[in-house]
Amino acid sequence: MDAQKTPQKNIQQPGKGQKLGVWKQYWDRFASNRWLLPVLTVAGFILSILIPQFNLVNPYIQLILMYIGINIILTTSLNLINGYMGEFSVGHAGFMAVGAYTSAVLTTIFIPTSLNPWLFPLVVLAAGVAAGLVGLLVAIPSFKTRGDYLAIVTLAFNMIVKSIIENIEAIGGPRGIPGIEKLTTLPWAFFWTALAVWVIRNFVYSNFGRGVMSIREDEIASDLMSVNTRQAKLLAFVISSFFAGIAGALFAHVLQFISPKVFDILKSTDILIMVYLGGIGSITGSILGATIFTILLEVLRPLGVWRMVLMPLVLVLLMLFRPRGIMGLREFRWFIPHYQLLATHLWRKKKEAANAPAAD
Amino acid sequence: MNDSTPLLSIRDLRVSYGNIKAVLGISFEVYEGEIVTLIGANGAGKSSTLRAISGMVPYSGSITYRNTDLRKVVSDKIVALGIAQVPEGRGIFGNLTVQENLKLATWQRKDKPEIERDYERIFGIFPRLKERRGQLGGTLSGGEQQMLAVARALLSRSKVMLLDEPSMGLSPVLVREIFNILTEINQAGTTVLLVEQNANMALRIASRGYVLETGNLTLTGTGAELLGNPRVKEAYLGG
Repeated sequence: MDAQKTPQKNIQQPGKGQKLGVWKQYWDRFASNRWLLPVLTVAGFILSILIPQFNLVNPYIQLILMYIGINIILTTSLNLINGYMGEFSVGHAGFMAVGAYTSAVLTTIFIPTSLNPWLFPLVVLAAGVAAGLVGLLVAIPSFKTRGDYLAIVTLAFNMIVKSIIENIEAIGGPRGIPGIEKLTTLPWAFFWTALAVWVIRNFVYSNFGRGVMSIREDEIASDLMSVNTRQAKLLAFVISSFFAGIAGALFAHVLQFISPKVFDILKSTDILIMVYLGGIGSITGSILGATIFTILLEVLRPLGVWRMVLMPLVLVLLMLFRPRGIMGLREFRWFIPHYQLLATHLWRKKKEAANAPAAD
Repeated sequence: MNDSTPLLSIRDLRVSYGNIKAVLGISFEVYEGEIVTLIGANGAGKSSTLRAISGMVPYSGSITYRNTDLRKVVSDKIVALGIAQVPEGRGIFGNLTVQENLKLATWQRKDKPEIERDYERIFGIFPRLKERRGQLGGTLSGGEQQMLAVARALLSRSKVMLLDEPSMGLSPVLVREIFNILTEINQAGTTVLLVEQNANMALRIASRGYVLETGNLTLTGTGAELLGNPRVKEAYLGG
């Protein structure tokens, strides 16, 4: 039924040139096929199995693909707090560290090497649960504060995690854990990324998710609307830190070496940049932001130190021309639930119908 | 008025923000089926009183709703008990659609078929909102936003609706429309506690009114009595 509206749309913009109109028509037809998302996901998963099997692309690119996946998990999960809930958390690397260390300790010390590949999914899950529990512990006192204060609390948390790890000799202290087996494979990275995006997308469009977004808009009004704001905040924070932990576990088993220094405030800043580059309050934005940032950093690698000049410059330009990021508060239609798309679509149609005579 | 036990009873309510005392021990009742209005100038303590009832600010004294002491109830549970507030400045979630705004009002309700019926009722009262379901709340006009705010309060199945200056920033025609809707809602069985600076409009639809001056209740009477009172006339109705 969505395909029927495409010709109509083109009539609306006849001045844009024939060629662009044709492309737009193709794009609209492509974008309105909602079943393409599951198809692409399955295709992506199959591809992620085939690529390492037959070495379709070189290992360097495979590595970058895995980093993109990990960064998407980190960005989407942080976006839940900074974008959808409108709070400002700057300690995401802290939760990542909890996940990375939990999983690394499990695979290097507790689990025999022969069992590692089989138990890896459980290890990742355990890392997520550990980070989620720590997230709960942090959230309970943190959410008595708001805004700038929450930023300081999470900043302090990031530092505390780092110095605790530095002072535990059993897990390497400041030297970190070397020699972690490379257990994160492309299919696993793809699987966890898809899972994170799916869970967070469904959470955002649930009753709870609406509550979370209403906190961003107006917390007092949201209390007066019978939203249990405390509960909604806690749940969002725990989900967010859970996925940060999962990303940490995947990260540790790609990099094969972790130390407290990897998870300092700079790592948190990287995640923040990806969130704001992609756009707050948008799943599509998080995916785009993480992908673009990761690829850009790699592409600019030959520039050496200069990429650390160029990257911030790109950000400054972005903030000047698109202050809400690439997709700020907007979503690609595949991620929007159908009922909502329909309501917006009906309204647009009505508005267009109302505007049409005036335009003539 | 009609029955001896009030729906909402406020006893010796005091609200202060640090050193600033906003409400200095006021007592009043709201009975079922009434429209009660609190009128007063800026800073008289009207909004603080409503915030205390909704559990948004700490207070001393007691607020009782149908024999339940509201002090022990957190704000989102107060709404579930049946006291909904339309906050000052409407509190519309600007980046959410009208539909999402409405859905938030039923956040704690699980009775789906009943909710559907309530939606029909709301859209009957506010057909404009039905047309604009997919539109972002922030893009509505002031009057439409106020309607949305009232609709949200209705959706929480409230027995008592607290309104904090619904006339704020609206044109006289829209104010009249909102007040007409309030009267309709009241006739359909919702008790209304209305806080207003627009004393003229508020007293006209009110069954009873209280005048609040710098944290104290100074006058009380039926709407018509207060409208005719020389002091009220002088201070709030422009002579």
